[in-house]
Amino acid sequence: MVDAVLFEFLHTEMVAELWAHDSDLDPGPGGQKTSLLVLEGMGFRVGQALGERLPREMLAFREELDVLKFLCKDLWGAVFQKQMDSLRTNHQGTYVLQDSSFPLLVRMGSGLQYLEEAPKFLAFTCGLLRGTLSTLGIKSLVTASVAALPACKFQVVIQRS
Amino acid sequence: MSRQANRGTESKKMSSELFTLTYGALVTQLCKDYENDEDVNKQLDKMGYNIGVRLIEDFLARSNVGKCHDFRETADVIAKVAFKMYLGITPSITNWSPAGDEFSLILENNPLVDFVELPDNHSSLIYSNLLCGVLRGALEMVQMAVEAKFVQDILKGDGVTEIRMRFIRRIEDNLPVGEE
Repeated sequence: MVDAVLFEFLHTEMVAELWAHDSDLDPGPGGQKTSLLVLEGMGFRVGQALGERLPREMLAFREELDVLKFLCKDLWGAVFQKQMDSLRTNHQGTYVLQDSSFPLLVRMGSGLQYLEEAPKFLAFTCGLLRGTLSTLGIKSLVTASVAALPACKFQVVIQRS
Repeated sequence: MSRQANRGTESKKMSSELFTLTYGALVTQLCKDYENDEDVNKQLDKMGYNIGVRLIEDFLARSNVGKCHDFRETADVIAKVAFKMYLGITPSITNWSPAGDEFSLILENNPLVDFVELPDNHSSLIYSNLLCGVLRGALEMVQMAVEAKFVQDILKGDGVTEIRMRFIRRIEDNLPVGEE
């Protein structure tokens, strides 16, 4: 089994590499946007693949809320060795997942200092959530926001056709 | 009780697969970003190096290994402690050079390549090249300049995966003039 810490190291290096590469190609906001999209897309594909590999028994969900709880407990536990701190919903398809100490932000310090950098470190995870949800039959939009490091919120909005 | 145990194993499996899948997504993205396999190989090595120079701290903090006195001890620590801790495998150490400055790590299986097949147009791609960079970066931080490279690869049809490690030189600390 691969040690969990390797993902964090790999993720940090991935963000740095993609950021540098896309900034070389387009130094303005366009390059930054590309990087975020690329990271989100990678997270999405990984989330889909992860979802496909889960055993069927684990996926016997009765309702949408159960799926979100699964993300907060099992997925977060597997990926970050902790559970999401809180899950809120308006019961109309919007969920807010709160992590008071998001591991991919922890190394960046705390407070307001690196606020501008934070989105880079959240994009992959947003994609991961969106991808896992997709495999579980749920189409969504996932965004993240940071008020002060290392706390962050992931907002999941279910897309109904 | 057994449901809890299943959850724990499932969690570790997910965590392990997450890394493998993420690595795969990275290699795929690099193949899109760079025109040829050689450039991808270089990027993987560079990224691995950057990871290695930080991973060594994590390793030293968690493993309690003392200073290695020679390259043979280093080989043992790499194979039996480091690979086991981070990748859950224990490569065997073979093919020592007569001078004791080169050896091979033989990996029967490689977690990085689970679920992977190399497409035909990437025959020069060294898929797991990140590992070579990690080894190089980590060892540099403990004062050893080494070269690491894949000489056999299961992904390319070889029977095993073999990494050749070569000791180049010890990196001396730079002491200010006048101090011992």
